[in-house]
Amino acid sequence: METFIQLVYFVTAFLFILGLKQMSHPATAKRGIVWAGYAMLAATIATFAWPGLSNFFLIILGILVGGGAAWVIAKKVAMTDMPQMVAIYNGMGGGAAGAIAAVELLRHSASQGEMTTGLLVLALLGGLIGAVSFSGSMVAFAKLQGLVNSRAVTFPFQQPINMAVLAVSVLFALAYLFGAQGTGVVLWFFVLALLFGVLMTIPIGGGDMPVVISLYNAFTGLAVGFEGFAIGNPAMIIAGTVVGAAGTLLTILMAKAMNRSLYSVLFGAFGAVEQEGG
Amino acid sequence: MISGTWAALYIFMLAAFTGYEVISRVPVVLHTPLMSGSNFIHGIVLVGAMVVLGHAETTPELVIGFIGVLLAAANAAGGYAVTERMLEMFERKPKEG
Repeated sequence: METFIQLVYFVTAFLFILGLKQMSHPATAKRGIVWAGYAMLAATIATFAWPGLSNFFLIILGILVGGGAAWVIAKKVAMTDMPQMVAIYNGMGGGAAGAIAAVELLRHSASQGEMTTGLLVLALLGGLIGAVSFSGSMVAFAKLQGLVNSRAVTFPFQQPINMAVLAVSVLFALAYLFGAQGTGVVLWFFVLALLFGVLMTIPIGGGDMPVVISLYNAFTGLAVGFEGFAIGNPAMIIAGTVVGAAGTLLTILMAKAMNRSLYSVLFGAFGAVEQEGG
Repeated sequence: MISGTWAALYIFMLAAFTGYEVISRVPVVLHTPLMSGSNFIHGIVLVGAMVVLGHAETTPELVIGFIGVLLAAANAAGGYAVTERMLEMFERKPKEG
């Protein structure tokens, strides 16, 4: 059975790459997403045969509720609202990667050392990036949807404060690695990572949002890839890494097309404040 | 499955190059649809979330695992629907796009 699942994952990875390639040309783009869709469907169905799997009711409930709601909403919204839909669904993917990391870390704490240090590093890294992508994408969604003011939000010492929040989150990750594996450490690690995602996104104005969403898209891909390594899932490794690289390139291309550098998109608001003052 | 850190590193490197090469000559009109398409593709996180929830035992594991499946399924299904709607606009146009 495991050979069968791995075979389906192999074909899925192949079709994902092929689909992405087709999506980069106007004439074949539609076919690309359809093929990738079939691959996703096949991988999901095959995963039900994973050895030792239980909680089938919860799994099916989660897929039907989460997938169903997202499908209906995505079909209904106006075409002009599409960018924020990409943002929110991308954030959810990041959140899912974070959730996988959280469960793996808690399980490792409980049973004292199931995973090697290398796998723990990857799980923590994927969790950090996934959590930042989750909260950052949610802020991007809220700004584009008009739930909050889309203007850049700035305050004194913004950049040092942001960096400090990220640094403390990383410190909690290091504490976990060096043996402080309590639930509280895992909790603070994620809370601070989520906070950093919010702080990183609020100084970015509405016009730059597509570039930022693309960056978080690459983040989620990378997080999925890292969690794929942590739990030994090759489909996640390939798809996540490919999206991580493709998304990074796409972010740079999008910034270039708007005549903006990635640096000015991410940190531009800080300079703007000084110009107003002087 | 993957035996050895080196095999994993090679896979990472090759997959990263693949992602880079696959979209290196994309026209500007396809930037947003392609972002949406790659957003759908990392929805594969669903299979990992399924396995994690399927092996969950304690209540926190079950709750977080369920949230993971919920979010991942939304990523995959929503990502597909959004991309398909964007790309439908390209389908009827003549070749030059």
